[in-house]
Amino acid sequence: MSTEQKNKINLVANSESKPYWEGAAKGQLLIRTCNACGKAHYYPRTICPHCFSEDTAFVEASGNGVIYSYSVTRQAKPPYVIAYVTLDEGVSMLTNIVDCEIDKISIGQKVKVKFNEAEDGYALPVFTSA
Amino acid sequence: MGINGKSYIVGIYEHPCRAALDKTLPQLHAEIAKGALADAGLSKDDVDAYFCAGDAPGLGPINMIEYMGLNNVRHMDSTETGGSSYIVHVNHAAQAIAAGHCNVALITLAGRPVADAKEGKPVRYYNQQAPDFPFEMPYGPNVTNMYAMCAMRHMYEYGTTSEQLAWIKVAASHHAQYNEHARLRDVVTVEDVVNSPMIADPLHRLDCCVITDGGGGIVMVSPEVAKSLKRTRVKVLGAGEAPKHLAAGQVDLTYSGARWSGPKAFAEAGVTTADIKYASIYDSFTITVLETLEDLGFCKKGEGGKFVSDGNLISGVGKLPFNTDGGGLCNNHPGNRGGMTKVLEAVRQVRGEAHPKVQVRNCDIALAHGTGGLLGSRMGSATVILGNEDA
Ligand SMILES: [Zn+2]
Repeated sequence: MSTEQKNKINLVANSESKPYWEGAAKGQLLIRTCNACGKAHYYPRTICPHCFSEDTAFVEASGNGVIYSYSVTRQAKPPYVIAYVTLDEGVSMLTNIVDCEIDKISIGQKVKVKFNEAEDGYALPVFTSA
Repeated sequence: MGINGKSYIVGIYEHPCRAALDKTLPQLHAEIAKGALADAGLSKDDVDAYFCAGDAPGLGPINMIEYMGLNNVRHMDSTETGGSSYIVHVNHAAQAIAAGHCNVALITLAGRPVADAKEGKPVRYYNQQAPDFPFEMPYGPNVTNMYAMCAMRHMYEYGTTSEQLAWIKVAASHHAQYNEHARLRDVVTVEDVVNSPMIADPLHRLDCCVITDGGGGIVMVSPEVAKSLKRTRVKVLGAGEAPKHLAAGQVDLTYSGARWSGPKAFAEAGVTTADIKYASIYDSFTITVLETLEDLGFCKKGEGGKFVSDGNLISGVGKLPFNTDGGGLCNNHPGNRGGMTKVLEAVRQVRGEAHPKVQVRNCDIALAHGTGGLLGSRMGSATVILGNEDA
Protein backbone atom coordinates (compact mmCIF):
# COMPACT_ATOMS: atom_id res chain seq x y z
CA MET A 1 0.00 0.00 0.00
CA SER A 2 1.42 3.36 -0.94
CA THR A 3 1.65 6.18 1.60
CA GLU A 4 -0.80 8.18 -0.41
CA GLN A 5 -3.52 5.53 -0.18
CA LYS A 6 -2.90 5.00 3.54
CA ASN A 7 -3.27 8.72 4.27
CA LYS A 8 -6.49 9.26 2.35
CA ILE A 9 -9.12 10.42 4.76
CA ASN A 10 -12.49 8.75 5.24
CA LEU A 11 -15.27 11.33 5.21
CA VAL A 12 -18.73 10.86 6.69
CA ALA A 13 -21.05 11.15 3.69
CA ASN A 14 -24.75 11.43 4.52
CA SER A 15 -27.59 13.11 2.66
CA GLU A 16 -26.62 16.52 4.08
CA SER A 17 -22.85 16.26 3.61
CA LYS A 18 -22.43 14.15 0.45
CA PRO A 19 -23.04 16.98 -2.09
CA TYR A 20 -20.49 19.06 -0.20
CA TRP A 21 -17.77 16.38 -0.60
CA GLU A 22 -18.76 15.79 -4.22
CA GLY A 23 -18.43 19.53 -4.90
CA ALA A 24 -15.02 19.53 -3.26
CA ALA A 25 -13.97 16.64 -5.50
CA LYS A 26 -14.85 18.87 -8.48
CA GLY A 27 -12.78 21.71 -7.03
CA GLN A 28 -15.72 23.67 -5.65
CA LEU A 29 -16.08 24.98 -2.09
CA LEU A 30 -19.83 24.89 -1.46
CA ILE A 31 -21.65 26.86 1.18
CA ARG A 32 -25.33 26.63 1.94
CA THR A 33 -27.49 29.71 1.45
CA CYS A 34 -31.14 30.38 2.06
CA ASN A 35 -33.42 31.69 -0.67
CA ALA A 36 -35.96 32.90 1.90
CA CYS A 37 -33.74 35.10 4.07
CA GLY A 38 -30.76 35.42 1.74
CA LYS A 39 -28.21 34.47 4.39
CA ALA A 40 -25.40 31.92 4.13
CA HIS A 41 -24.60 29.48 6.92
CA TYR A 42 -21.90 26.96 7.82
CA TYR A 43 -21.81 23.96 8.30
CA PRO A 44 -24.47 23.16 5.68
CA ARG A 45 -27.98 22.22 6.79
CA THR A 46 -31.22 21.42 4.96
CA ILE A 47 -33.30 23.80 7.08
CA CYS A 48 -31.94 27.34 7.41
CA PRO A 49 -30.66 27.97 10.97
CA HIS A 50 -31.41 31.69 10.54
CA CYS A 51 -35.10 31.55 9.50
CA PHE A 52 -36.07 27.83 9.48
CA SER A 53 -36.95 27.89 5.77
CA GLU A 54 -36.45 24.67 3.79
CA ASP A 55 -35.65 26.70 0.68
CA THR A 56 -31.86 26.32 0.96
CA ALA A 57 -29.28 25.41 -1.67
CA PHE A 58 -25.55 24.94 -2.15
CA VAL A 59 -23.73 27.75 -3.95
CA GLU A 60 -20.09 27.92 -4.87
CA ALA A 61 -17.96 30.16 -2.66
CA SER A 62 -15.00 32.13 -3.99
CA GLY A 63 -12.62 29.99 -1.94
CA ASN A 64 -10.93 33.09 -0.54
CA GLY A 65 -10.81 34.06 3.10
CA VAL A 66 -8.74 35.17 6.08
CA ILE A 67 -7.54 33.26 9.13
CA TYR A 68 -9.80 34.11 12.10
CA SER A 69 -7.77 32.02 14.57
CA TYR A 70 -5.48 28.99 14.52
CA SER A 71 -3.38 26.66 16.64
CA VAL A 72 -0.49 24.33 15.97
CA THR A 73 -0.90 20.87 17.49
CA ARG A 74 2.76 20.43 18.47
CA GLN A 75 2.57 16.92 19.90
CA ALA A 76 1.28 15.42 16.64
CA LYS A 77 3.78 13.89 14.23
CA PRO A 78 4.02 15.89 12.09
CA PRO A 79 2.47 18.93 13.81
CA TYR A 80 -0.62 20.28 12.03
CA VAL A 81 -2.44 23.60 11.95
CA ILE A 82 -6.13 23.80 12.81
CA ALA A 83 -7.89 27.08 12.05
CA TYR A 84 -11.11 28.94 11.58
CA VAL A 85 -11.11 30.70 8.22
CA THR A 86 -13.63 33.47 7.57
CA LEU A 87 -14.69 33.21 3.94
CA ASP A 88 -15.27 36.31 1.82
CA GLU A 89 -18.94 35.26 1.87
CA GLY A 90 -19.04 36.00 5.61
CA VAL A 91 -19.17 32.59 7.28
CA SER A 92 -16.29 30.98 9.19
CA MET A 93 -15.35 27.32 8.91
CA LEU A 94 -13.08 24.95 10.79
CA THR A 95 -10.24 23.76 8.57
CA ASN A 96 -6.52 23.09 8.29
CA ILE A 97 -3.84 25.44 6.98
CA VAL A 98 -1.43 23.45 4.79
CA ASP A 99 1.69 23.90 2.65
CA CYS A 100 2.83 26.88 4.73
CA GLU A 101 5.74 27.55 7.04
CA ILE A 102 4.01 26.87 10.35
CA ASP A 103 5.74 29.60 12.33
CA LYS A 104 4.80 32.28 9.78
CA ILE A 105 1.05 31.75 10.00
CA SER A 106 -0.90 34.66 11.48
CA ILE A 107 -4.43 35.78 12.25
CA GLY A 108 -5.73 38.00 9.47
CA GLN A 109 -3.58 36.25 6.88
CA LYS A 110 -5.24 35.86 3.45
CA VAL A 111 -5.75 32.25 2.42
CA LYS A 112 -7.32 30.33 -0.47
CA VAL A 113 -8.93 26.94 -0.64
CA LYS A 114 -7.30 23.79 -1.98
CA PHE A 115 -8.62 20.26 -1.98
CA ASN A 116 -7.15 17.12 -0.43
CA GLU A 117 -8.19 13.86 -2.06
CA ALA A 118 -10.27 11.63 0.23
CA GLU A 119 -11.64 8.08 0.06
CA ASP A 120 -14.59 7.21 -2.19
CA GLY A 121 -13.74 9.90 -4.75
CA TYR A 122 -14.48 12.77 -2.36
CA ALA A 123 -12.20 15.68 -1.40
CA LEU A 124 -11.66 17.74 1.74
CA PRO A 125 -11.33 21.55 1.53
CA VAL A 126 -8.24 22.94 3.30
CA PHE A 127 -6.53 26.33 2.98
CA THR A 128 -3.13 27.66 2.05
CA SER A 129 -1.51 31.11 1.64
CA ALA A 130 -3.29 33.25 -0.95
CA MET B 1 -41.10 31.04 39.72
CA GLY B 2 -37.68 31.99 41.04
CA ILE B 3 -35.43 29.73 43.11
CA ASN B 4 -33.87 32.28 45.48
CA GLY B 5 -33.90 30.88 49.02
CA LYS B 6 -36.16 27.95 48.12
CA SER B 7 -33.55 25.20 48.48
CA TYR B 8 -30.33 24.43 50.35
CA ILE B 9 -27.21 22.38 49.76
CA VAL B 10 -26.80 20.27 52.91
CA GLY B 11 -24.45 17.51 51.80
CA ILE B 12 -21.34 17.30 49.63
CA TYR B 13 -18.68 14.71 48.95
CA GLU B 14 -15.55 14.69 46.81
CA HIS B 15 -14.12 11.24 46.21
CA PRO B 16 -10.53 11.22 47.51
CA CYS B 17 -9.23 8.88 44.80
CA ARG B 18 -7.56 10.30 41.68
CA ALA B 19 -7.01 6.90 40.00
CA ALA B 20 -9.72 4.24 40.36
CA LEU B 21 -8.24 1.03 38.95
CA ASP B 22 -9.97 -1.11 41.57
CA LYS B 23 -13.42 0.47 41.25
CA THR B 24 -16.21 0.30 38.69
CA LEU B 25 -17.99 3.40 37.44
CA PRO B 26 -21.32 2.58 39.16
CA GLN B 27 -19.40 1.79 42.35
CA LEU B 28 -17.85 5.26 42.30
CA HIS B 29 -21.31 6.82 41.91
CA ALA B 30 -22.60 4.80 44.88
CA GLU B 31 -19.60 5.63 47.10
CA ILE B 32 -20.12 9.30 46.27
CA ALA B 33 -23.87 9.12 46.98
CA LYS B 34 -23.14 7.49 50.32
CA GLY B 35 -20.57 10.13 51.20
CA ALA B 36 -22.81 13.07 50.28
CA LEU B 37 -25.83 11.67 52.15
CA ALA B 38 -23.69 10.96 55.24
CA ASP B 39 -22.42 14.56 55.13
CA ALA B 40 -26.04 15.75 55.10
CA GLY B 41 -27.17 13.35 57.82
CA LEU B 42 -29.69 11.73 55.50
CA SER B 43 -30.23 8.16 54.29
CA LYS B 44 -30.76 6.81 50.81
CA ASP B 45 -34.45 6.29 51.55
CA ASP B 46 -34.83 10.04 52.07
CA VAL B 47 -33.82 10.69 48.44
CA ASP B 48 -36.85 11.49 46.28
CA ALA B 49 -35.03 13.03 43.29
CA TYR B 50 -31.93 11.89 41.40
CA PHE B 51 -29.79 13.82 38.92
CA CYS B 52 -26.91 12.56 36.79
CA ALA B 53 -25.32 13.37 33.41
CA GLY B 54 -23.67 11.56 30.51
CA ASP B 55 -20.94 10.10 32.73
CA ALA B 56 -23.49 7.72 34.32
CA PRO B 57 -23.58 4.39 32.45
CA GLY B 58 -26.54 2.90 30.63
CA LEU B 59 -29.68 4.99 30.67
CA GLY B 60 -28.28 7.19 33.43
CA PRO B 61 -30.81 7.65 36.21
CA ILE B 62 -32.67 4.40 35.48
CA ASN B 63 -29.60 2.20 35.88
CA MET B 64 -28.10 4.16 38.74
CA ILE B 65 -31.34 4.34 40.76
CA GLU B 66 -31.61 0.54 40.44
CA TYR B 67 -27.94 -0.05 41.28
CA MET B 68 -28.00 2.18 44.35
CA GLY B 69 -31.43 1.03 45.53
CA LEU B 70 -32.91 4.53 45.62
CA ASN B 71 -36.46 3.30 46.20
CA ASN B 72 -38.32 6.56 46.74
CA VAL B 73 -37.36 8.59 43.66
CA ARG B 74 -40.23 10.47 42.03
CA HIS B 75 -38.24 13.04 40.05
CA MET B 76 -35.34 12.41 37.62
CA ASP B 77 -33.13 14.58 35.42
CA SER B 78 -30.24 13.52 33.20
CA THR B 79 -29.47 16.83 31.50
CA GLU B 80 -26.15 16.49 29.68
CA THR B 81 -24.12 19.64 29.00
CA GLY B 82 -20.66 18.12 29.49
CA GLY B 83 -18.64 19.35 32.45
CA SER B 84 -21.17 22.05 33.29
CA SER B 85 -23.99 19.48 33.74
CA TYR B 86 -23.77 19.39 37.54
CA ILE B 87 -24.26 23.13 37.90
CA VAL B 88 -27.26 22.86 35.57
CA HIS B 89 -28.45 20.05 37.88
CA VAL B 90 -28.18 22.34 40.91
CA ASN B 91 -30.37 24.83 39.05
CA HIS B 92 -32.87 22.15 38.00
CA ALA B 93 -32.97 20.60 41.48
CA ALA B 94 -33.62 24.05 42.95
CA GLN B 95 -36.46 24.53 40.46
CA ALA B 96 -37.92 21.09 41.20
CA ILE B 97 -37.77 21.65 44.97
CA ALA B 98 -39.28 25.15 44.61
CA ALA B 99 -42.11 23.67 42.52
CA GLY B 100 -42.79 21.01 45.14
CA HIS B 101 -41.80 18.06 42.95
CA CYS B 102 -39.30 16.76 45.51
CA ASN B 103 -37.66 17.50 48.87
CA VAL B 104 -34.32 15.65 48.82
CA ALA B 105 -32.33 15.74 45.58
CA LEU B 106 -29.14 13.77 45.02
CA ILE B 107 -26.67 14.69 42.23
CA THR B 108 -23.69 12.45 41.41
CA LEU B 109 -20.76 12.53 38.98
CA ALA B 110 -18.11 9.86 38.56
CA GLY B 111 -15.46 8.99 36.00
CA ARG B 112 -12.38 6.84 35.52
CA PRO B 113 -10.50 8.10 32.43
CA VAL B 114 -7.14 7.23 34.01
CA ALA B 115 -8.20 3.66 34.76
CA ASP B 116 -9.94 3.29 31.40
CA ALA B 117 -6.76 4.35 29.58
CA LYS B 118 -4.66 1.87 31.58
CA GLU B 119 -7.15 -0.87 30.75
CA GLY B 120 -6.97 0.06 27.06
CA LYS B 121 -10.64 1.05 26.86
CA PRO B 122 -11.44 3.46 24.02
CA VAL B 123 -11.93 7.11 24.91
CA ARG B 124 -15.47 8.36 25.00
CA TYR B 125 -16.81 8.18 21.50
CA TYR B 126 -18.19 11.38 20.02
CA ASN B 127 -21.35 10.48 18.14
CA GLN B 128 -20.80 10.38 14.37
CA GLN B 129 -24.40 11.50 13.99
CA ALA B 130 -23.68 14.83 15.65
CA PRO B 131 -24.38 17.27 12.80
CA ASP B 132 -21.01 19.01 13.12
CA PHE B 133 -19.04 15.74 13.06
CA PRO B 134 -18.62 15.28 9.28
CA PHE B 135 -17.45 18.87 8.79
CA GLU B 136 -15.08 19.17 11.76
CA MET B 137 -13.55 15.79 12.64
CA PRO B 138 -11.49 15.52 9.42
CA TYR B 139 -9.42 18.51 10.56
CA GLY B 140 -8.16 16.96 13.81
CA PRO B 141 -9.87 19.06 16.47
CA ASN B 142 -9.05 17.99 20.03
CA VAL B 143 -9.82 19.50 23.39
CA THR B 144 -6.55 21.42 23.64
CA ASN B 145 -6.32 22.90 20.15
CA MET B 146 -9.97 23.97 20.26
CA TYR B 147 -9.38 25.94 23.48
CA ALA B 148 -6.04 27.15 22.13
CA MET B 149 -7.74 28.92 19.22
CA CYS B 150 -9.76 30.95 21.76
CA ALA B 151 -6.57 31.99 23.52
CA MET B 152 -4.92 32.85 20.19
CA ARG B 153 -7.81 35.10 19.16
CA HIS B 154 -8.07 36.70 22.62
CA MET B 155 -4.36 37.54 22.44
CA TYR B 156 -4.85 39.01 18.96
CA GLU B 157 -7.82 41.20 19.89
CA TYR B 158 -6.81 42.28 23.39
CA GLY B 159 -3.06 41.79 23.72
CA THR B 160 -3.45 39.08 26.34
CA THR B 161 -0.13 37.32 27.03
CA SER B 162 1.01 33.81 27.95
CA GLU B 163 2.42 35.26 31.18
CA GLN B 164 -1.01 36.60 32.13
CA LEU B 165 -2.63 33.23 31.46
CA ALA B 166 0.11 31.59 33.52
CA TRP B 167 -0.94 33.57 36.61
CA ILE B 168 -4.17 31.54 36.66
CA LYS B 169 -2.22 28.30 37.03
CA VAL B 170 0.12 29.92 39.56
CA ALA B 171 -2.86 30.90 41.75
CA ALA B 172 -4.37 27.40 41.51
CA SER B 173 -1.04 25.85 42.51
CA HIS B 174 -0.76 28.13 45.55
CA HIS B 175 -4.08 26.72 46.74
CA ALA B 176 -3.39 23.10 45.80
CA GLN B 177 -0.34 22.88 48.06
CA TYR B 178 -2.75 22.74 51.04
CA ASN B 179 -5.05 20.06 49.56
CA GLU B 180 -3.78 16.62 50.55
CA HIS B 181 -5.85 14.99 47.81
CA ALA B 182 -4.73 17.32 45.00
CA ARG B 183 -3.26 15.58 41.96
CA LEU B 184 -0.53 18.27 41.68
CA ARG B 185 0.63 19.96 44.90
CA ASP B 186 3.80 21.76 43.80
CA VAL B 187 3.66 25.56 43.71
CA VAL B 188 4.64 26.77 40.23
CA THR B 189 5.80 30.14 38.88
CA VAL B 190 4.88 32.08 35.75
CA GLU B 191 8.23 30.98 34.29
CA ASP B 192 7.42 27.32 35.01
CA VAL B 193 4.18 27.64 33.05
CA VAL B 194 5.52 29.48 30.00
CA ASN B 195 8.58 27.19 29.86
CA SER B 196 6.53 23.99 30.01
CA PRO B 197 6.17 22.17 26.65
CA MET B 198 3.88 23.75 24.06
CA ILE B 199 0.87 21.47 23.52
CA ALA B 200 -1.19 23.56 21.10
CA ASP B 201 -0.08 27.16 20.51
CA PRO B 202 -0.40 29.23 22.65
CA LEU B 203 -1.29 26.73 25.41
CA HIS B 204 1.52 25.05 27.34
CA ARG B 205 1.27 21.84 29.32
CA LEU B 206 0.74 23.80 32.55
CA ASP B 207 -2.13 25.77 30.96
CA CYS B 208 -4.04 22.45 30.88
CA CYS B 209 -6.03 20.76 33.65
CA VAL B 210 -5.24 17.39 35.17
CA ILE B 211 -6.89 14.12 34.14
CA THR B 212 -8.26 12.23 37.15
CA ASP B 213 -10.69 9.54 38.24
CA GLY B 214 -13.22 9.89 41.04
CA GLY B 215 -16.11 12.31 41.22
CA GLY B 216 -18.41 14.13 43.59
CA GLY B 217 -21.93 14.46 44.87
CA ILE B 218 -24.38 17.05 46.20
CA VAL B 219 -27.52 16.73 48.34
CA MET B 220 -30.08 19.55 48.05
CA VAL B 221 -33.20 19.87 50.16
CA SER B 222 -36.22 22.07 50.80
CA PRO B 223 -36.03 24.72 53.57
CA GLU B 224 -38.19 22.54 55.84
CA VAL B 225 -35.87 19.54 55.53
CA ALA B 226 -32.81 21.80 55.90
CA LYS B 227 -34.09 23.13 59.23
CA SER B 228 -34.45 19.57 60.55
CA LEU B 229 -30.75 18.81 59.89
CA LYS B 230 -27.69 19.63 62.00
CA ARG B 231 -25.46 20.44 59.02
CA THR B 232 -24.53 24.04 58.14
CA ARG B 233 -26.82 24.82 55.26
CA VAL B 234 -25.87 26.69 52.12
CA LYS B 235 -28.65 28.59 50.40
CA VAL B 236 -29.12 28.55 46.63
CA LEU B 237 -29.62 32.21 45.69
CA GLY B 238 -29.72 32.15 41.91
CA ALA B 239 -28.66 30.23 38.83
CA GLY B 240 -28.43 30.55 35.08
CA GLU B 241 -27.66 28.27 32.16
CA ALA B 242 -26.98 29.00 28.50
CA PRO B 243 -25.79 27.32 25.31
CA LYS B 244 -23.21 29.02 23.11
CA HIS B 245 -22.13 27.78 19.69
CA LEU B 246 -20.74 28.75 16.29
CA ALA B 247 -23.91 30.66 15.36
CA ALA B 248 -24.25 29.27 11.82
CA GLY B 249 -20.74 30.46 10.96
CA GLN B 250 -20.67 33.82 12.77
CA VAL B 251 -17.77 32.59 14.90
CA ASP B 252 -16.56 34.61 17.91
CA LEU B 253 -14.13 32.81 20.19
CA THR B 254 -13.48 35.70 22.58
CA TYR B 255 -16.42 35.04 24.89
CA SER B 256 -18.24 32.13 26.49
CA GLY B 257 -21.84 31.30 27.40
CA ALA B 258 -21.14 32.88 30.80
CA ARG B 259 -22.13 36.11 29.07
CA TRP B 260 -25.74 34.89 29.39
CA SER B 261 -25.76 32.42 32.31
CA GLY B 262 -24.01 34.93 34.60
CA PRO B 263 -26.44 37.87 34.40
CA LYS B 264 -29.42 35.56 34.96
CA ALA B 265 -27.82 34.10 38.10
CA PHE B 266 -26.87 37.53 39.45
CA ALA B 267 -30.36 38.93 38.79
CA GLU B 268 -32.05 36.03 40.51
CA ALA B 269 -29.70 36.20 43.49
CA GLY B 270 -30.11 39.97 43.70
CA VAL B 271 -26.34 40.48 44.02
CA THR B 272 -23.51 41.88 41.90
CA THR B 273 -19.92 40.84 41.29
CA ALA B 274 -18.90 43.15 44.16
CA ASP B 275 -20.81 40.86 46.57
CA ILE B 276 -18.95 37.68 45.52
CA LYS B 277 -16.33 36.80 48.15
CA TYR B 278 -15.17 33.61 46.44
CA ALA B 279 -15.52 32.19 42.91
CA SER B 280 -15.10 28.66 41.59
CA ILE B 281 -14.40 29.15 37.89
CA TYR B 282 -14.25 26.23 35.46
CA ASP B 283 -10.59 25.76 34.62
CA SER B 284 -10.18 23.11 31.95
CA PHE B 285 -7.51 25.49 30.62
CA THR B 286 -6.24 28.86 31.81
CA ILE B 287 -8.03 30.61 28.93
CA THR B 288 -11.37 29.17 30.14
CA VAL B 289 -10.97 31.08 33.41
CA LEU B 290 -9.88 34.30 31.75
CA GLU B 291 -12.79 34.53 29.32
CA THR B 292 -15.29 33.45 31.99
CA LEU B 293 -14.18 36.12 34.47
CA GLU B 294 -14.71 38.77 31.79
CA ASP B 295 -18.09 37.36 30.76
CA LEU B 296 -19.32 37.19 34.36
CA GLY B 297 -18.43 40.87 34.71
CA PHE B 298 -15.57 40.67 37.20
CA CYS B 299 -13.67 42.86 34.74
CA LYS B 300 -14.29 44.42 31.33
CA LYS B 301 -14.03 42.31 28.17
CA GLY B 302 -10.41 42.21 27.14
CA GLU B 303 -9.06 43.13 30.59
CA GLY B 304 -8.99 39.58 31.95
CA GLY B 305 -5.23 39.33 31.49
CA LYS B 306 -4.62 42.30 33.73
CA PHE B 307 -7.24 41.11 36.23
CA VAL B 308 -5.70 37.67 36.84
CA SER B 309 -2.10 38.93 37.05
CA ASP B 310 0.04 39.48 40.12
CA GLY B 311 -1.75 36.95 42.29
CA ASN B 312 -5.18 38.59 42.13
CA LEU B 313 -6.84 35.14 42.24
CA ILE B 314 -4.82 33.90 45.25
CA SER B 315 -6.74 33.63 48.52
CA GLY B 316 -5.51 36.12 51.10
CA VAL B 317 -3.55 38.02 48.46
CA GLY B 318 -5.85 39.04 45.60
CA LYS B 319 -9.27 40.61 45.22
CA LEU B 320 -11.02 37.48 43.92
CA PRO B 321 -9.95 34.20 45.56
CA PHE B 322 -10.69 31.41 43.07
CA ASN B 323 -10.55 27.61 43.04
CA THR B 324 -9.13 27.31 46.54
CA ASP B 325 -9.11 23.50 46.29
CA GLY B 326 -6.54 23.78 43.48
CA GLY B 327 -9.25 23.54 40.81
CA GLY B 328 -9.07 21.39 37.72
CA LEU B 329 -5.64 22.79 36.95
CA CYS B 330 -4.10 21.15 40.04
CA ASN B 331 -6.57 19.27 42.22
CA ASN B 332 -9.17 17.26 40.39
CA HIS B 333 -11.06 17.11 37.09
CA PRO B 334 -12.91 13.81 37.57
CA GLY B 335 -14.09 12.16 34.38
CA ASN B 336 -12.92 15.25 32.44
CA ARG B 337 -15.90 17.06 33.99
CA GLY B 338 -15.09 19.87 36.37
CA GLY B 339 -18.49 21.40 37.20
CA MET B 340 -19.16 19.28 40.26
CA THR B 341 -15.95 20.12 42.09
CA LYS B 342 -16.61 23.81 41.41
CA VAL B 343 -19.81 23.63 43.47
CA LEU B 344 -18.15 21.55 46.21
CA GLU B 345 -15.41 24.09 46.96
CA ALA B 346 -17.91 26.98 46.86
CA VAL B 347 -20.00 25.11 49.47
CA ARG B 348 -16.90 24.54 51.64
CA GLN B 349 -16.11 28.25 51.45
CA VAL B 350 -19.64 29.34 52.48
CA ARG B 351 -19.61 26.76 55.30
CA GLY B 352 -16.22 28.04 56.43
CA GLU B 353 -14.80 24.54 55.92
CA ALA B 354 -12.17 25.20 53.26
CA HIS B 355 -8.55 24.60 54.30
CA PRO B 356 -7.66 27.29 56.88
CA LYS B 357 -4.82 28.51 54.63
CA VAL B 358 -7.26 29.30 51.82
CA GLN B 359 -10.55 29.96 53.66
CA VAL B 360 -11.97 33.34 52.71
CA ARG B 361 -13.01 35.40 55.75
CA ASN B 362 -16.75 36.12 56.07
CA CYS B 363 -17.51 34.20 52.89
CA ASP B 364 -21.24 34.87 52.90
CA ILE B 365 -21.72 34.74 49.10
CA ALA B 366 -19.89 32.55 46.58
CA LEU B 367 -20.24 31.75 42.90
CA ALA B 368 -19.58 28.57 40.93
CA HIS B 369 -19.39 28.46 37.15
CA GLY B 370 -19.14 25.58 34.71
CA THR B 371 -18.23 25.26 31.03
CA GLY B 372 -19.11 22.03 29.22
CA GLY B 373 -18.08 20.98 25.74
CA LEU B 374 -15.62 23.17 23.87
CA LEU B 375 -14.96 26.88 24.33
CA GLY B 376 -13.75 26.79 20.72
CA SER B 377 -17.03 25.54 19.21
CA ARG B 378 -20.12 24.66 21.24
CA MET B 379 -20.61 24.66 24.97
CA GLY B 380 -23.08 24.60 27.83
CA SER B 381 -22.48 27.28 30.44
CA ALA B 382 -23.94 27.31 33.93
CA THR B 383 -23.61 29.66 36.89
CA VAL B 384 -24.87 29.28 40.45
CA ILE B 385 -24.68 31.75 43.34
CA LEU B 386 -24.70 30.38 46.87
CA GLY B 387 -24.95 32.07 50.24
CA ASN B 388 -25.10 31.47 53.97
CA GLU B 389 -28.35 31.63 55.95
CA ASP B 390 -28.21 35.43 56.17
CA ALA B 391 -27.45 36.02 52.49
ZN1 LIG C 1 -33.12 31.56 5.97
